[in-house]
Amino acid sequence: MAEIVLDKVTKRYPDGALAVQEVNLEIADGEFVILVGPSGCGKSTTLNMIAGLEDITEGELRIGGQRVNEKAPKDRDIAMVFQSYALYPHMTVKENMAFPLRLAKVDNATVEKKVADAAEILDLAQHLDRKPANLSGGQRQRVAMGRAIVRNPKAFLMDEPLSNLDAKLRVQMRTSVSRIQKQLGTTTVYVTHDQTEAMTLGDRVVVMRGGIVQQMGAPQFLYEHPANLFVAGFIGSPSMNFVPASLADNKLQSVLGEVTLTDRIRRLLEGADAPREVIVGIRPEHFEDASLVDATAKTDGGVFTSQVEVLESMGSDKFAHFLLSGEQATSADLADLAKDTGDDTSVGGISLVTRLSASSGAKEGEPSEIWFDADKVQLFDPSTGKNLTYTER
Amino acid sequence: MSQSTTEKPEVATEPVAAKKKVVLSEGKRAERKLGWWLCAPAAITMVAVTGWPIIYSIWLSLQRYDLKFPDRTEFIGFDNYVTVLASPYWWNAVWVTAVLTVISVAIELVLGMGLALIMHRALVGRGLVRTTSLIPYGIVTIVAGFSWRFAWTPGTGYLAELAGGEPVLTEKLPALMVVILAEVWKTTPFMALLLMAGLALVPDDLLKAAAMDGAGPWQRFVKVTLPIMKPAILVALLFRTLDAFRIFDNLFVLTAGSQGTSSVSMLTYNNLIKGLNLGIGSTMSVLIFLMVAAIAFIFIKLFGTAAPGSDDGGKR
Repeated sequence: MAEIVLDKVTKRYPDGALAVQEVNLEIADGEFVILVGPSGCGKSTTLNMIAGLEDITEGELRIGGQRVNEKAPKDRDIAMVFQSYALYPHMTVKENMAFPLRLAKVDNATVEKKVADAAEILDLAQHLDRKPANLSGGQRQRVAMGRAIVRNPKAFLMDEPLSNLDAKLRVQMRTSVSRIQKQLGTTTVYVTHDQTEAMTLGDRVVVMRGGIVQQMGAPQFLYEHPANLFVAGFIGSPSMNFVPASLADNKLQSVLGEVTLTDRIRRLLEGADAPREVIVGIRPEHFEDASLVDATAKTDGGVFTSQVEVLESMGSDKFAHFLLSGEQATSADLADLAKDTGDDTSVGGISLVTRLSASSGAKEGEPSEIWFDADKVQLFDPSTGKNLTYTER
Repeated sequence: MSQSTTEKPEVATEPVAAKKKVVLSEGKRAERKLGWWLCAPAAITMVAVTGWPIIYSIWLSLQRYDLKFPDRTEFIGFDNYVTVLASPYWWNAVWVTAVLTVISVAIELVLGMGLALIMHRALVGRGLVRTTSLIPYGIVTIVAGFSWRFAWTPGTGYLAELAGGEPVLTEKLPALMVVILAEVWKTTPFMALLLMAGLALVPDDLLKAAAMDGAGPWQRFVKVTLPIMKPAILVALLFRTLDAFRIFDNLFVLTAGSQGTSSVSMLTYNNLIKGLNLGIGSTMSVLIFLMVAAIAFIFIKLFGTAAPGSDDGGKR
């Protein structure tokens, strides 16, 4: 067990491409940290540098207070779980899990005991003599985990360990990964591109983009206080709605109508040197069917009427999709996000996802009056992507 | 071939089968006939070019048949086999062939693996490395054989001078070493290519995982790379062993079988073509056929599960 410190760690490839730029990260002993971001954001490179599978170009990596930049992976005493599981096909489950111990020349009795213990935790006891080829995806994943935990390493590194599982199993395994990590209390760095995994698993989430750390913090904090448009759009599902708006006389003017800024937001904006044209971000759950909101709240918030394009009832609540006429919000951050999701369709307007109470009477194809909470809006600078209403609170 | 051509139409005509039995069996018969017709050319060619010569040489091996004394030709049963198997020349040739095969294949395996690793890991100039290493394999063996011979002949060759002017090709052991050298030089690239295909089967992630698990480069090679590429190694060994066992051209040029350096192929050639003894020559070629078959059999039986075509899903 040990803490891991990345001190201005940079990775530059021989062709000059900058994969990771000055990442500073202090991972406490026993902490579960998630590196998340779209593909090519440098999260896997960062993990591989911690593992020792890639050289660090600049900066220092310390594990347990000791500089390990020059150490070979085998001397760093950390275990890694790969997306492909990387099980040795010619060995049985037992041999796979025992492999690191055999290499470490651990005596036979201890190996047997440790493998048995790990198999117990991972519910693999009845599969010990089978070859990986005869296991299901979930079982292979567990064997990979088993191989990591038998060693009692200083840290676990996990590179998208659940990405090859089907959706239902992924949710199950997510819980068991979390349970095992809590049980063992081993420092863990986990890489994923799935924001749901990031939100549900980690003590702390590090959002990366283009080799640069965008923001780090507890999942709930990132959700409520994104530092910029990228983080705001990346974290949360369905994602935050972005609408271009203009600021004038403490009023916010957009296709969602005109709202008066609340005192809290006005105060935050004062220190932020806000431009006139901004992007307003509103999470789906901060909308509501206007008929279900009491009168005072209604006057404080914004209200607009539009035709419900698609209505999805989830049982507990309803997602109403709207298409408003007007220009979509544009910014480099949003373009990156769209590229990540592969969303290159231009809908010809501003699409809006709102989460309404199950009791809402909104109907598909019919106009509906929708309210949103003016105190929950976040304002972003379109040129820098910075959150103008960011607060450390 | 015949199977797939007969089976497919069956499936296709099954719905018809339920209704009209007579029509079906007729159609079925026609399909089957067509299948045989389609296979016939290939089957006949195969029988003509491989089956018939084998059978004919077995037939010849059972006769006293010397073209120098054609009127004394007669059926003598296994007498030729007795003659050959009692001959010290034959057993010397078997030993020479076995030694040449084992030593040259062993050296080729080690060198080929090294070369394959270099080509596999080469970061720059991979294409150039591959091309240059293949040159020996591309040169006609007879031509290469002659250049080796000149190189080892005192007076004309630089290698003979390095060896102190000794005529190495005139003594049995040194000559065999030169033959092995020529064989290794020529076929190592082939071995390397086959092995490289095997190396490509080893996923990068596995090697990374082994590195994380605490394995050094040698341990990664022995415990991960080798077991996974075992099928490719066996295929390479099988090909090369069968090939090496039939060694002829290098020997023909370098020593012409003198000083007891004849291989079994060489001896057979001398009896059959030079000596015009069809009976003895055929007997030897039948024996070579049996030995080659035995080698193939041993490879496939001994390493059964890993033999080509019988992979047990070991590749995940």
